[in-house]
Amino acid sequence: MSKIVSVTGNHSASWAARTAIPAVIAAYPITPQTTIVEKIAEFVENGDLKSEYVRVESEHSAMAACIGASALGLRTFTATSSHGLALMHEMLHWAGRARLPVVMPVVNRSLGPPWNIWVDHSDSMAQRDTGWIQFYASNNQEVYDTVLMLFRLCEAPKVLLPGMVALDAYILSHTFTSIEVYDHEEITDFLPSYQAEHWKLDPKDPMATGNIAGPEYYYELSYAVHEGFEAARKMIPKVEADFKKHFGRFHGGFIDTYQCDDAEVIFIAMGTMGEEAQLAVEELRNEGIRAGSARLRVFRPFPAEQIQALANKAKAFVVVDRSLSYGHLGGAVTEIRSALYRGGQTIPVQGVIAGLGGRDVRYTDIKKLIHLGFDAADKGEVKPDIFYGLKR
Amino acid sequence: MNLFEIRFHGRGGQGAVTGAKILGDATRLENKHFQAFAHYGAERRGAPVMAFTRVADETIRIHSYIYDPETIVILDETLLDIPSVQEGMNEDTFVVINTPQAPQEIKLKVKPKISTVDATTIALDVGILVAGIAVVNTIMLGAVARATSIVTIESVKKAIRKGLAELPEKVIETNVEAAQRAYNELQIGY
Repeated sequence: MSKIVSVTGNHSASWAARTAIPAVIAAYPITPQTTIVEKIAEFVENGDLKSEYVRVESEHSAMAACIGASALGLRTFTATSSHGLALMHEMLHWAGRARLPVVMPVVNRSLGPPWNIWVDHSDSMAQRDTGWIQFYASNNQEVYDTVLMLFRLCEAPKVLLPGMVALDAYILSHTFTSIEVYDHEEITDFLPSYQAEHWKLDPKDPMATGNIAGPEYYYELSYAVHEGFEAARKMIPKVEADFKKHFGRFHGGFIDTYQCDDAEVIFIAMGTMGEEAQLAVEELRNEGIRAGSARLRVFRPFPAEQIQALANKAKAFVVVDRSLSYGHLGGAVTEIRSALYRGGQTIPVQGVIAGLGGRDVRYTDIKKLIHLGFDAADKGEVKPDIFYGLKR
Repeated sequence: MNLFEIRFHGRGGQGAVTGAKILGDATRLENKHFQAFAHYGAERRGAPVMAFTRVADETIRIHSYIYDPETIVILDETLLDIPSVQEGMNEDTFVVINTPQAPQEIKLKVKPKISTVDATTIALDVGILVAGIAVVNTIMLGAVARATSIVTIESVKKAIRKGLAELPEKVIETNVEAAQRAYNELQIGY
């Protein structure tokens, strides 16, 4: 039976693994991810989860183990963060291009030096081009639900891609709230067992994989990965609708919009900042200011059409990135401006960098940032991208 | 959003984080929503630590830090002099302190609503010790239930039983009784 448990965001991910029952789980510790695989170890030890729990010697090996297991046609899970994700980078490409539906929570943490263990989206944003579907969660229930949705999405025969759900370090990873969790039997209608129809390694039917493919083949195989993402784009709304039918919750699809229908300025952010923005919007609305919030929940496949639709109604966007591509801008604002240009739209987009390395961003800050959007809308010109809260 | 925010000050090993979580669970029993979290840094046994509980009647969409808590719980009176304890404190703040002193004897920069209880003596009396250190987190929750109206002592006791479920039954009941004793013995200075 479903039940309510008081858990951290990390343990929400562990509970989702317990519910989905991956055949193989690779585990390697890294702050602040460690408690995900630690809790899973406890589940396995107590007999609450029957999975092969593989303790490896590095994150690179964790992903390699997942690739091996997934290639056997098995449901596969691991979790990491920050430098661990960076060390996995090579293997991430391998999982993506081999079309292996590994599911992995990534606890969003900064990269060093200096050592900093707090929230920052730079780790997952840097894996944009590895062939992984990317979701960003804003609360613990969403972490749990998104892991289940990702297994369904990633294992779909037309998709067959790995997927990560990112959760903010400490703000979610180590914060307790109560969430609803299910027994495995309650979710099998929504998430049937994984059947690898496309290809799998089987000693009884030997085949080779990962061989050389020259210029005459490689391009087409890259395009096939792209087609997988386009299939995922079509399937995400269906998976979310089916999830809502079964469990009654909907987290917004590609973009979780709040009060956007008549908004003049729309605030766009990812992760928990995107949810807290709703409070800023509420207060501004009470002051008679027509603001809206659009939390970017899916980053790959990138929801360009949905961004364009929002720009049809709004006068300006304010986009906050909790990461920085040194020498240019934040990852989200770059994609959003690109989508608008392709759509022939010219509304001002105020880019903002904020909250790096765990620097707190409050809804009162978000209110100030939304006001910058009104400045841009009124004057039709955008200030250079802002480093909000930077002490110089 | 109508929020009620509590900040715990303790020393590493006193169970501030567990206390914040059990308080959250207690409010959950009264159909409230909660977050419980710690201020993570370089924790080590004996160092000053902070933990927080945020409570609301609806789903909590705020994720930033707590700056102006309605209630400040001080698990160790030797922390009274460190600056972070008095941050965000004003005349309306409930300040619940583990000390043998009466509320009138506590001197702070502002005059908040102080209440006091000698939780360490209670812990030593009933034997709530971990590695020789008196653990006062559950005891202080009894005091919080009396000092504020955020939660009832009945819910606190239920949440203690749930939160400590992995411990022996006798230890759990000792904690529950000690929380009730703190509730009864709390001196209220407002």
